[in-house]
Amino acid sequence: MRYFVLAIALWLGTFVSAQAQELQGILQVHADEVAKPSRRSVSVALDDLVASGLPQTTTFLEEWSDRNVWQRNDGIFFIAREQGDDLTLTDVDTGEQSTASKDDFTQIRPNGGVRRVIGTALVQFQLSDPDLARRESAVDSIARSPETEQLAPLLASIDGETDSTLKARKIQLANFMSARFADETADRIAAIESLAKDTSVEARSVLNQILTTSEGVSATMPEGNIARILETGETPDAYYTQLVEAGLAPPRTPPQTIRAALEAHVVDGRVGQTPIAQLGTEEMREVAYSQLAAAGTVPPLVTIADRDAALSAHVFYEEYDESDTDITDAAAAALASVETRVAFAQAADLALDGLSLASIYFLAAIGLAITFGVMGVINMAHGEFIMMGAYTGYVVQLFIPDYTLSIIVALPLAFAITFGAGVTMERLVIRHLYHRPLETLLATFGISIALQQLAKNIFGTQARPLTSPGWLDGAWVISDVIQISYIRIAIFVLALLFLALILFVLKRTRLGLEVRAVTQNPGMAASMGINPDRINMLTFGLGSGIAGIAGVAIGLYAKVTSEMGADYIVQSFMTVVVGGVGNVWGTLAGASMIGFLQKGIEWLNPSNTLAAQTYMILFIILFIQFRPKGIVALKGRAAAD
Amino acid sequence: MRQSFISQNPSVLWFLAALGLFTVVVTLMSEATGVGLISTSFVKTLGKTLCLCLIAIAMDVVWGYCGILSLGHFAFFGIGGYAIGMWLMYARTEAIVVPNLMAQTIPPTPQEISDAIGNQIFGVVGSAEFPMIWAFADSLFLQLLMVVLVPGLLALVFGWLAFRSRVTGVYLSILTQAMTLALSLYLFQNDSGLRGNNGLSGLQNIPGYEETSQAMISIVFLWGSALALALAYVFFAWVVSGKMGSVVKGIRDNEARVRFLGYHVESYKLFIFTITAIVSGIAGALYYPQAGIINPGELTPIASIYLAVWVAIGGRGRLYGAAIGAAFVSLLSSWFTGGGAPNINLGFYTIQWTDWWLVLLGVSFVAVTLFFPKGIGGLFDYLVRKPS
Repeated sequence: MRYFVLAIALWLGTFVSAQAQELQGILQVHADEVAKPSRRSVSVALDDLVASGLPQTTTFLEEWSDRNVWQRNDGIFFIAREQGDDLTLTDVDTGEQSTASKDDFTQIRPNGGVRRVIGTALVQFQLSDPDLARRESAVDSIARSPETEQLAPLLASIDGETDSTLKARKIQLANFMSARFADETADRIAAIESLAKDTSVEARSVLNQILTTSEGVSATMPEGNIARILETGETPDAYYTQLVEAGLAPPRTPPQTIRAALEAHVVDGRVGQTPIAQLGTEEMREVAYSQLAAAGTVPPLVTIADRDAALSAHVFYEEYDESDTDITDAAAAALASVETRVAFAQAADLALDGLSLASIYFLAAIGLAITFGVMGVINMAHGEFIMMGAYTGYVVQLFIPDYTLSIIVALPLAFAITFGAGVTMERLVIRHLYHRPLETLLATFGISIALQQLAKNIFGTQARPLTSPGWLDGAWVISDVIQISYIRIAIFVLALLFLALILFVLKRTRLGLEVRAVTQNPGMAASMGINPDRINMLTFGLGSGIAGIAGVAIGLYAKVTSEMGADYIVQSFMTVVVGGVGNVWGTLAGASMIGFLQKGIEWLNPSNTLAAQTYMILFIILFIQFRPKGIVALKGRAAAD
Repeated sequence: MRQSFISQNPSVLWFLAALGLFTVVVTLMSEATGVGLISTSFVKTLGKTLCLCLIAIAMDVVWGYCGILSLGHFAFFGIGGYAIGMWLMYARTEAIVVPNLMAQTIPPTPQEISDAIGNQIFGVVGSAEFPMIWAFADSLFLQLLMVVLVPGLLALVFGWLAFRSRVTGVYLSILTQAMTLALSLYLFQNDSGLRGNNGLSGLQNIPGYEETSQAMISIVFLWGSALALALAYVFFAWVVSGKMGSVVKGIRDNEARVRFLGYHVESYKLFIFTITAIVSGIAGALYYPQAGIINPGELTPIASIYLAVWVAIGGRGRLYGAAIGAAFVSLLSSWFTGGGAPNINLGFYTIQWTDWWLVLLGVSFVAVTLFFPKGIGGLFDYLVRKPS
């Protein structure tokens, strides 16, 4: 059996080498076209080369295109490399190498147009090339600039494709191309209809390319595949310019031209009969200009009435470049259906964005909510605790170069440091200011500006990097429309963890019980043996510590600067106030509302994030009017101020 | 009546006398009279300081007397500045542009004049069209009306919404801060119609007085600011001293109790909030022609918080305290940040005050809040009566 296979192979080998003589033969038949190729003539030679089906054709075509084919004086073609004054020759069929002097050879230099034609021919070979990478690059090059003649070779190569991924890709691409280039209308419509479920950017661009239109204007109702008739009401001047460009109307006289014409015809302080002192209005200038025009010195004035008359005498329309109405109708229907799907996908994408923003706000605000809820204290320095956390992460990365490890170290360290800072602040300042909430606000603000300036003095004003580990790079791509970066997923998971942790601490531990007791009624809690002083201190430390961890998380995707806390503080306040004080679920609701709202407004007005923030704040101000105590309001005695 | 008002408020006379003396002395020593002991730029700084004192006493009335910690009064200040700045910029550009156009062969049309001015003013934000809000910019009278009306109406609407739904305490502070943030974010946009973050500039040039020296103009504004401060001081002293003053202070101390006594608390708060907003707008309108430039950065929430800091350091609940606090802190701040203060060399580290001033301010602010809740103004108590 083995011998048999070997025999076959040997036989095939001799067969190929026997046939191999023929490439040079074909080349000689078309010697003129090969030696001096032009875009028109080369296709005849190419057709024969392609039809021969010889395996060495691919190499030859590539070398030909790369200007590595030389012709000897006797007319024989070689693949050659220059080596000083000599050439290293390779026989086009046998691959035999030899050296010869350059003098007997002429280099063949196909121009750009020819090389493109050669490239198209090459694609057909590359599509069935044994090398997978070559096949892939051939498919990619077709996808970049699809052309009619590539469809047939692509379809032909599908059956022989062994790689399943590439096969699917080829089928998809063939489908896209059928939609645009297939000969039979029915085939095209079938292909177009199959695209109606495809939301990829490629499929949409195929549909859009079928639906390309060009604008036109004519005096009568036009024939052809008209997309729509345009109304000239909105921007009459633009349409009139179109008329002028089409040579269907005289150009309008802009105010500057009128002015220049008048200036050029001033005689003795007058233009025509009008003294120049009266020319200070548009109307008078037009009158004077019309007089000049009547005298024949300047071109006639096209008035607004003339313009409107010319516009109404013509039809402005958009015409499909594709002449077949059935195809454009099918494409329009498919595009409408695709766009509905895309809109849903975009809504999902927007929801994901909103979710990630909400989790950031939640992380930033939950610490604030705890201190505000339990102690009724607004901590203006909360933003600076976020900043401290982020800088902790930065400093840790200076010492631990491994990013994964450094983040694992930084998270608890940031908690510890900001916990300590929070407890210190509570002991030194806030403890003395209970029952004076407004003054706490101001005192913590003093701390905030001092900390911010201190960070500026230590770390400088430029942004410091906090690099995320490699496995958090990139994004989870669900489709061309929906994708979300891993770092945002990580922040979302972190937010969920903290939600669970805080709920656990508050509802299931002794500390949580005491915290809730102090929140509801400090006096009663104290009489039950709880030390409110200690609870306040721990709560404040806990809130600050969470801010530190939020700082590490925020620093991972935003820059670490001394002002980063200030960027989040107002949003954090909003979150707490909108959500309702003293309730974890309230903060969650507030963060969700603000996150989704901000993304929603940004979507409505994507060019302008400043405007989006403005509108959001205005909305929140109005919202507070209707629910002054927030979404989740405390009831009963705990709600009393 | 007037007799009793003065005798109730002996500080008014002292304040007016000190203010008058200060203004006269500064005038005599300025470059305008030829003495030149005080440079024109420092006269402007003093004039600006008087404007800051003006907004500080407004802040004191709303916070120190009525208990509303507004973190939005500097926004009203900025609105006043923008309102007057629009006229200054428009009239000045017009004064430059129109003679140029007139010099051409054919007199300009109104459209051409407007285009040329618009191009000058809005070229930096890539536009030449006049936005709607500039509709009255050519009239000094209407823009002056804006200085009063816009902050007043904004405060009225905002206050009515907020007080009606009983938003109080820190909630109200956060809400006013949000309002300020929204306003400054809005102004930062290029299509806000107020030149985005470029702001309005060249405001020190008063149209119609191109020939007058800046030394003279600075003195005029110093007197204007001093006059406004004096009038506002007397007005606010009168507001907080009578029966109304008692009600207002009552609201500060216990809002619910005043409400149960039958007073319509919301009206009083709304009145105080609106009137102080108007005074803030006037202060801004006097401040920015002396500063020469206004941009949205001036309106950010931090500015309003600094205002609260000045009032707290100066001493809440006494008008002169607020004025002293604003003057003291703002002058000290410009001394430190302007490089006036000598650096301290510790051997291993040199303390540069431009870097460390904010740290010092923050810490001293905490110290004042903790240990001297009466602020600098509290020192006067020791002068008037012996400490018990």
